[in-house]
Amino acid sequence: MTLMISHLFLQHYWWIIVSLLAGILVFLMFVQGGQSMIFTLPKSDIQKKMIVNAMGRKWEFTFTTLVTFGGAFFASFPLFYASSFGGAYWVWIAILFSFSIQAVAFEYRSKPGNVFGQKTFDSFLFVNGSLGPLLIGTAVATFFTGSRFSINDMNQVQWQTAWYGLEAVLNVRNVALGLAVLFLSRVNGLLYIINSIDSDELVQASRKSLVINSLIFLVFFLFFAVTLLVSKGFAADPATGTVTMEKFKYLHNFLQMPIVLLLFLAGVLAVLYGIGVSVFSKSTCGIWYTGAGSVLAVFGLFLCAGFNGTAFYPSVYDLQSSLTIQNSSSSLFTLKTMMFVSFLIPFVLAYIFYAWKAISNTSITETEMNADDHAY
Amino acid sequence: MIEQGASSLVDWSRAQFALTAIYHWLFVPLTLGLSFIVAMMETIYVRTGNEEWKRLTRFWMTLFGINFAIGVATGIILEFEFGTNWSNYSWFVGDIFGAPLAIEGILAFFLESTFVAVMFFGWNKVSRKFHLTSTWLVAIGANLSALWILVANAWMQNPVGMTFNPETARNEMTSFWAVLFNPAAVDKFLHTISSGFLLASMFVVGISAWFLLKKREELLAKRSILVAAVFGLLSSLMVAYTGDSSARTVAKVQPVKFASMEALYDGKTNAGLVAFGILKDSGKKIGEKKIKDFVFKIEIPDLLSVMTAGDKDAYVPGLNDYISGNPGKLILSATEKMERGRYAAKLLADYKKARSEKNSVQVEKIKGIFNSTDFQTDYFRHFGYSSINKPEDILPDVSGSFYSFHLMVMLGFFFILVFALALYYLFTDKLNERRWFLWLALFSVPLTYVASELGWVLAEIGRQPWIIQDLLTVSRGVSNINTGAVITTFILFGVMFTVLLISDISIIVKQIKNGPRH
Ligand code: HDD
Ligand code: HEM
Ligand code: HEM
Repeated sequence: MTLMISHLFLQHYWWIIVSLLAGILVFLMFVQGGQSMIFTLPKSDIQKKMIVNAMGRKWEFTFTTLVTFGGAFFASFPLFYASSFGGAYWVWIAILFSFSIQAVAFEYRSKPGNVFGQKTFDSFLFVNGSLGPLLIGTAVATFFTGSRFSINDMNQVQWQTAWYGLEAVLNVRNVALGLAVLFLSRVNGLLYIINSIDSDELVQASRKSLVINSLIFLVFFLFFAVTLLVSKGFAADPATGTVTMEKFKYLHNFLQMPIVLLLFLAGVLAVLYGIGVSVFSKSTCGIWYTGAGSVLAVFGLFLCAGFNGTAFYPSVYDLQSSLTIQNSSSSLFTLKTMMFVSFLIPFVLAYIFYAWKAISNTSITETEMNADDHAY
Repeated sequence: MIEQGASSLVDWSRAQFALTAIYHWLFVPLTLGLSFIVAMMETIYVRTGNEEWKRLTRFWMTLFGINFAIGVATGIILEFEFGTNWSNYSWFVGDIFGAPLAIEGILAFFLESTFVAVMFFGWNKVSRKFHLTSTWLVAIGANLSALWILVANAWMQNPVGMTFNPETARNEMTSFWAVLFNPAAVDKFLHTISSGFLLASMFVVGISAWFLLKKREELLAKRSILVAAVFGLLSSLMVAYTGDSSARTVAKVQPVKFASMEALYDGKTNAGLVAFGILKDSGKKIGEKKIKDFVFKIEIPDLLSVMTAGDKDAYVPGLNDYISGNPGKLILSATEKMERGRYAAKLLADYKKARSEKNSVQVEKIKGIFNSTDFQTDYFRHFGYSSINKPEDILPDVSGSFYSFHLMVMLGFFFILVFALALYYLFTDKLNERRWFLWLALFSVPLTYVASELGWVLAEIGRQPWIIQDLLTVSRGVSNINTGAVITTFILFGVMFTVLLISDISIIVKQIKNGPRH
């Protein structure tokens, strides 16, 4: 069977999937957001236990999404996988490290014989909760601000700073996006607590905390968004692949792709609406708006980074080494094979949704915490 | 100077990969096997409605959960390590290698992680049937994830289903089915999962034996032994069977690894199978490399010839055949392969030069050569030899391969015996009296871990110096980062994993001592 599908189409198709995974990942990092507050938000041990368990029943989804995001990026844009991970070494290692300690922390924190005590594992949760979103956000910002690397004619990468990725934190715009993602995760975490934990005191504390976290989120997010729209961007000529700097590139991208702009704006508005209803009313459904909004906004941001003749992983050291969805992708054959695999994604989403509903149709309560022998 | 810096970068990167992979593999096989054992126990519970079986299921399920968490913690490091530490390799093979990794995430990890949540938190929230289905889906998901990563690993041992594209300087997939049904992949999958079943069965039998020694939970322990010893006996037979077919496949696709496993230097007819032997410095050399040879061996005459070619007069090539060549057996010498590899490498360089000079005639001409079957089969398949300096550099560590292989096989037969005895004493109702056997079963648990790690050590050191057999050497696959960074992360991971392991073992021991809940 031969399918008349062009390489270019599949490159776009896979960029959409990767972008969507990124959006879902940012939403699911509400788990990290919740973890980052376990030392400050709860007023008692049982409240802490409820927060940990609310997050602990969902952490696997976030984690697996991160792993799949990495795998899908490897399969569809292997040159990005090779360049970024192999070059911006320290940033990725720090991210991995923080997720690695998270994976045991829930299961081990309150088990007898865990040697290092509950405090240690709780601080693992805190470290992952804060560092994970911060660093992921910072790393993604380099999609717009660029990194210092070169790629030779055998497509091998050479990083051009001795900091191997750490230099990203010296750029305020990168850090601003990092902080925006961190505080968005915390906002989502608070809204998830409001939605799923049956404790008036905790819900009240969460609503209070929501105000300040939302404000910090907005400050950093707006700073990043405004600087993005007025900054120069990395334009790639679709015919020759030559990369040049273009004034207002990302603003142009949004204007030339109105659907992307719409997605992005709808996302931002939904996040604001979700925050609004939770602050000004007794609604417990804010999470669904901010969640969907986070997915859409990040989705739009990624599409803006990769579509419309843009280099999504630019090099400021050597413009022509910049990666575009065309020069970094897998072969036509592989992308096509992977496309068939991707048809299973809706099925996967369906059973995740079904299983999620089956075990969380009731709120977490104190009684349950004390009775369940598998509580974390 | 530069060479030295580069080689220590490679060594540290290898050490880091080996460290993290070995740690990961401490937890994976138990996940693979225990998930099925728990599913079988729960099935009996749902069928009989007997609450004792539920207690049993939940006890082993708790141990499963503790082990599972640390398996996940170590796995994520490996997934991204291909990028962080082997970035040149990741590009060279990403077009093929990435796909199984992505499919693993989409199809297997989600299955596993979604239903693990139901398994642990769903007892009072979903129906019995739904819960049981979830438990089975976890087991299937775990073993599916093994499938995909092993397909990827098998491709490195025996690259198939691709062609090299000079334009992008990488291998590109031409047949997904060839990659999936690679003979190396089929063997690896079956052998690996059955060894995981074996390990988990011994884990259950050994711990139950401890309960019997302590005279606690006798009914529960015997029921556990029943399930696990049956499963273990079947699995251990399957391990021996699939191990044998793995060895035959290795003989075909990685003959140098095969000769090293047997420490066979000179090829011969009527070759005997070494059941066991001891290797010592022999004073002999291949090129500049000192070699170790047998000072003692127990050999079964003719068997190696029979096993590899079905005929006792068949010739089994040895390591020297692959160094010096053996025209009668159509084996090229290493020097010849190095020349052919260099020709292919030069042609690639010419292509890049023509490309940068925009000499389109020359570009088309070289492209034509690259696409021809002759070039692919006679020259490109020796591409990796272009970076080999001396013929003897193609030899892996012979004594390492030999000992790891032979120890694994001996342990394999020993485990068959342990499971058979466990069933015999169980059915004759003598388990409580045979205290020596209960101790033996308990001490066999760590031995299964040893056998399992040895299998990987064999598979991985036996393919040195290749990261992709005959196409890319390990030293060419590494990321261009500084050695200090890798040393730092090596220490970081070493310390972190050790800390986690200590906690893991301590929690498991504590749970076992506390015993199943009432
Ligand atoms: C034969 C099986 C097998 C082998 C050879 C490997 N793994 Fe593994 N891996 C598993 C079988 C498995 C598993 C049984 O499916 C695990 C163990 C615990 C778990 O959650 O799943 C797992 C966990 C696991 C995870 C966490 C998954 C999650 O989100 O739940 C990752 C990212 C990897 N592995 C990646 C790797 C890589 C890159 C390997 C290459 C060296 C590797 N594994 C070898
Ligand atoms: C999980 C079980 C595994 C174990 C215990 C294991 C063991 C090892 C060991 C001991 C080495 C070092 C070899 C040496 O440097 O002499 C190594 C290297 C390596 N292994 Fe594995 N391995 C495992 C699985 C895998 C899998 C599944 C893959 C690929 C999918 C893989 C890919 C590699 C790579 C890329 C290296 C580095 C290059 C090299 O030294 O060959 N390994 N592994
Ligand atoms: C009973 C006789 C056995 C034989 C003949 C045998 C044979 C083999 C061979 C030839 C390989 C290398 C495959 C390769 O390099 O590609 C291998 C690998 C391996 N073995 Fe065994 N083995 C036996 C028993 C065991 C036992 C008892 C275990 C563990 C409990 C085990 C676990 C492994 C593992 C994990 C690997 C690495 C994965 C792979 O390459 O398939 N084996 N075995």
